[in-house]
Amino acid sequence: MAFTSYCLVCGGIGCEASSADTIYQRICDGVDAAGILDDVQVVKTGCFGFCEQGPIVKVLPDESFYVQVSPDDAESIVTEHLVKGRAVDRLQYREKGSEATPSKAISFYQKQVRIVLRNCGFIDPEDIEEYIARSGYVGLEKALFAMTPDDIISELKASGLRGRGGGGFSTAKKWLFSKQASAHQKYIVCNADEGDPGAYMDRSVLEGDPYSILEAMVIAGYTVGADKGFVYVRAEYPLAIRRLQHAIGQAVDRGLLGENILGSGFSFSVEIRLGAGAFVCGEETALLMSVEGKRGMPVQRPPYPAVKGLWGKPTVINNVETLANIPVILTKGGKWFSKIGSETSRGTKVFALTGKINNSGLIEVPMGITLRDIIFNIGGGIPNGKAFKAVQTGGPSGGMITAEHLDTPIDYETLTELGSMMGSGGMIVMDEDDSMVDVAKFYLGFTVDESCGKCVPCRIGGRKIWKLLDTFAAGNGTLEDLEQIERIGAWMKTSSLCGLGKTAPNPALSSIQHFRSEYLTEETV
Amino acid sequence: MAPTTHTELPEELASFIKDWRDRPGNLIMILHRVQQHYGYLPELVADEVCRRTSIAASQLYGVATFYNYFNLSPPGKHRVAVCMGTACYLKGAGALTEELRNHLNVEVNGVTQDKQFSLQEVRCVGCCGLAPVVMVDDEVHGKLGPEGVQALLDKCQEND
Repeated sequence: MAFTSYCLVCGGIGCEASSADTIYQRICDGVDAAGILDDVQVVKTGCFGFCEQGPIVKVLPDESFYVQVSPDDAESIVTEHLVKGRAVDRLQYREKGSEATPSKAISFYQKQVRIVLRNCGFIDPEDIEEYIARSGYVGLEKALFAMTPDDIISELKASGLRGRGGGGFSTAKKWLFSKQASAHQKYIVCNADEGDPGAYMDRSVLEGDPYSILEAMVIAGYTVGADKGFVYVRAEYPLAIRRLQHAIGQAVDRGLLGENILGSGFSFSVEIRLGAGAFVCGEETALLMSVEGKRGMPVQRPPYPAVKGLWGKPTVINNVETLANIPVILTKGGKWFSKIGSETSRGTKVFALTGKINNSGLIEVPMGITLRDIIFNIGGGIPNGKAFKAVQTGGPSGGMITAEHLDTPIDYETLTELGSMMGSGGMIVMDEDDSMVDVAKFYLGFTVDESCGKCVPCRIGGRKIWKLLDTFAAGNGTLEDLEQIERIGAWMKTSSLCGLGKTAPNPALSSIQHFRSEYLTEETV
Repeated sequence: MAPTTHTELPEELASFIKDWRDRPGNLIMILHRVQQHYGYLPELVADEVCRRTSIAASQLYGVATFYNYFNLSPPGKHRVAVCMGTACYLKGAGALTEELRNHLNVEVNGVTQDKQFSLQEVRCVGCCGLAPVVMVDDEVHGKLGPEGVQALLDKCQEND
């Protein structure tokens, strides 16, 4: 029995917050009442990414893309479209003019390449069968039965995959170090403590495709010789936690997790550990402290966690987005993956495009795409006819990129050269009305709050910079104050213990570099 | 030294603590469960957790005060939280906080006199597409302007 059409309701957090659940229920009830249960499958999926237009309902195979749907619209979708086969014109997304735009033609999706988000918006994240139907667990099967751990590392090396959590370290190397470490017990940890304000890709993957993370963790375990994994996830993401827990249960029931996976003799179990709201826990050594149930304070590296990590044992820590790439790399090959992206940065990157932008949402683009493409083609430009001023990437650790660099192809290296960084993928667009001094102060306020207090440069330096920014925000800063910020910033970058302190001055320094005139008036120069 | 007085715990919480007693890295998970139950970490319950798990009170409070998520005092009946993620900040979260402070007559991190509302500024809740966002209890309210604040609060009390 096959369905003739599919009605996909976005169950991402943004749409859920706008009654997507009620819409889904009403469509289900309507389909039942109309007696077309055998013809139409209604699915609540993960995030479609186009959050600006939510709640979204998509009908296949017609590709009708309904936006800003309300629970009251459910009835028309059922009686008009699903029963009579006529699209509900008033709900259709319109790009330009009056013609309805089918989902395949929407500019927001045109330049996107979806590897990490391959299943988000397609499958029911609470049904492992749907994940399997879209080539889920093909990678794991290949790993367990047709590859040695060394083969897997070679494949990862060929792919060129680098960590998507911010650092951009080679995933193959990380796994290799852990594999080479000799110990009876090793661990795999998935970093899902997405603390960067303005980034929510990990949340969407966990909510929309939790199985891909579990599959990747098993592959990692098999490769390095670990039999235990932890997913460290923010407590602020209850839906993600629930779906992940559900996915673990389903995977265990089907022999895809737990004892003797797929009859291979390899066993691997996964537990969830909750974060509790500490940005510094995104730093891997602090994260491990937190998994151990302690205060999340970073420790000096080396030794790196790959050699001495959780409870002193070799531990691979990968972030959600990195892991989501791995099953696909094994299925399609490292060579295939390496053809996407730029010379130094292979594959795609997921960005949360937000702020002063027409199409805010979650996008996945090949590395090497320009900011102009992202902001003006995918993002649809700046609202209300305002001028673009800057975009902040890398969150509180990153910097501002200005209009003159809009055509730079972006990857790990180019962003660093521009005084920013890839970070976890927040991309916050600012228009002509936004004060760069205020934005820098906002970020410093954040890192001052989140500094764990262990090392002096971060604890005191951050506060000093914040105070000086406050002086500038009030219009009282002097050239001397400006130079003081630069001096303290330079010290913090070289002498802080962990990544948080080393990068905390970036928003201030880059705003001074690009928008010096906002700091100093003619009298204060 | 662990406190000697005993505090009755609800059965569900007691059995959770028993399950986790000997598992490594249990403290944060137990604190989450306590807070889930009471809305905060009551002192007597924290003492009881120490007694049952042999975790030192200094360690428990060290952790509880390190993380933003844990509260040591009871929240209001409704928890109003303004998202302070960057997207929300740029789109006017500050004005929302201001409006809420005035309407509720309470400072950030405070509880109204009638204990109906507590007001917080929180870290990015990950709904940046809906910025600015206010969470009331577990519900997300997006694209909210200061003019929508009164209706939001009224709705809370209507549902009581």
